[in-house]
Amino acid sequence: MIQSHPLVRIADDSLALACGADAVAAVFTATGCTVERVSSWGMHWLEPLVEIDGQGFGPATPADVPAILAGTSAKAIGPIAAHPFLARQQRLTFARAGRTRPLSLDDYAETGGWAGLKRARAIGREEVLAELITSGLRGRGGAGFPAGIKWRTVAEAPGTRKYVVCNADEGDSGTFADRMVMEGDPFLLIEGMAIAAHAVGADRGYIYVRSEYPHAIAKLRKAIGLAILHIAPFQLEVRVGAGAYVCGEETSLLNSIEGKRGEVRAKPPLPALEGLFGCPTVVNNVLTLAAVPHILSAGGAELYQRLGVDRSKGTMPVQLAGNIRHGGLFETTFGMTLGELVNDVGGGTASGRPVKAAQVGGPLGAYIPPSQFHLPFAYEQFAAADALIGHGGVVVFDDTVDMGGMARFAMQFCAAESCGKCTPCRIGSTRGVELIDRIRAPTPATADAVASLPQMHNGRKSGRSREEELQLLEDLCETMQFGSLCALGGFTPYPVRSALKHWPEDFEPKA
Amino acid sequence: MGFDVMGTEEKLTEIIAAHRGREGPLLPILNDVQAAFGCVDPAAERAIALALNLSRAEVHGVVSFYHDFREAPDMRPEVQLCGAEACQARGVETLVSAAEAAAGDRVRLSKVYCLGLCSVGPAARVGDTVHARLNQTALVALVENA
Repeated sequence: MIQSHPLVRIADDSLALACGADAVAAVFTATGCTVERVSSWGMHWLEPLVEIDGQGFGPATPADVPAILAGTSAKAIGPIAAHPFLARQQRLTFARAGRTRPLSLDDYAETGGWAGLKRARAIGREEVLAELITSGLRGRGGAGFPAGIKWRTVAEAPGTRKYVVCNADEGDSGTFADRMVMEGDPFLLIEGMAIAAHAVGADRGYIYVRSEYPHAIAKLRKAIGLAILHIAPFQLEVRVGAGAYVCGEETSLLNSIEGKRGEVRAKPPLPALEGLFGCPTVVNNVLTLAAVPHILSAGGAELYQRLGVDRSKGTMPVQLAGNIRHGGLFETTFGMTLGELVNDVGGGTASGRPVKAAQVGGPLGAYIPPSQFHLPFAYEQFAAADALIGHGGVVVFDDTVDMGGMARFAMQFCAAESCGKCTPCRIGSTRGVELIDRIRAPTPATADAVASLPQMHNGRKSGRSREEELQLLEDLCETMQFGSLCALGGFTPYPVRSALKHWPEDFEPKA
Repeated sequence: MGFDVMGTEEKLTEIIAAHRGREGPLLPILNDVQAAFGCVDPAAERAIALALNLSRAEVHGVVSFYHDFREAPDMRPEVQLCGAEACQARGVETLVSAAEAAAGDRVRLSKVYCLGLCSVGPAARVGDTVHARLNQTALVALVENA
């Protein structure tokens, strides 16, 4: 029997809300309990997760409340912090997840908040840059560029006006860690940006959030208002996107903030030298900046660089998503194998059917078959296997998935979201959809009407064989991969080629 | 948006004035105009261009680039259904035809790519409210009540 009016803790991030957390909270309030809305622990299959005296109950519905209070609920999961899903993790960035109220400055300060910023200001710029380089932190947005080198470049760039921009345009399917930071621990991101601003000499910063995240936008705006004195003289502002996936690419994002079409810029010049409004600019992902306060706390950099494998240092918040039994946020040191993540931690598919594929790194990431699940989760190891870890999203598919259809979807997505600046991406993606359709068509295509015209001297006068179409797809992928300006066109071949390589049977003609 | 409607012009002027002094004011203005009027129509483009000292082509280029901006208002309620890979893996495609049937012409059913609820899909958004773990019954009810 639980005491009659206990303190009840329930998450208030958008995922918990989408699963019905408000209705559960309302019933607890009606029974006289005090309900505290906290961040999510990241065990999404248990949301809405109710916490009373450290004990967890989930997924809770309003009807479960009487039994939870009576101590007889079948949804009891025991002490939350000791749950195997959490006990196996090493949480640095998500150390506060589930434990604090997102917009409480008191909770933040009591759990070590602002320590990194205070220390950064005390030790001075040079030392901050040196510690960040020591930590080995690499950009968590996908490219994996060493954050300390980027910061040093901006710090040393000439110019008095500099910016810190946070890329919170988390558009990749299967990723939600940025959203969890912004909704669950917004001060952490703000502190990370303030440290960056101090280190490079910037006095203004922007957080560019996608419009699909209304809750994150609201929380960040409130948090910035509350933290304004902590970060002064640094000024921070939230900018909201307008539904363009490509604005997650850093130069396109900068154009968007400037009020232009979100077209990609050619590099060089690097944004570190000529970024926002032509000024030296740090552009980092949410997770990169959120890792900084811990690194700058005493001894943080040393600890960070001791974790992980090879050149993949520290921890990575892996996001387990799609058809997976235990989906959620799993922050771990680099080096855990993909199979451990999908099968041991994630518990296999939610549907109970065999795993057919896992797509790692968002819509531009490769599909990986179970035969390659021995791959350790780390930048170089994935790159060597023609894959990428991207933003750390893992989307699991069961054996009902049609991989030819997924390859087509990748091309279609690229066509819909291409900014249009470079030809391989803009045209290639559309040709890719047509090509995959022809490959999968029950009858081979006849000669192309335009190519057959007499004035088309190099035009092909007969239809292509299936082998020739496949070769053409391979050529197209190569052109897109090496000829595109940014990762949208450049990485779309990853899902297409991996699907074709591992599941050629799914590209057979369909009746 | 017609300027014959009382207050429309004032509202537009107010939105422009609220953002004018900021760095890169165009996107915040467009977001607010879209939210207030349900579209960014040619008349609004003209007024914004004039206020920011841009050409109408420049403003139109930005408006037409982003998926969120519409040229004409659509007053129907909107249900955004996530169609990205993670929701596909969780079976969103099997729900689409029933949702379309429930939507008919009354509700605008649009596909979006990722609401960030990838571990509990299929997911949908109506206004600022998000919904997860949708099955056919729940999604149809959501569309019917939109």
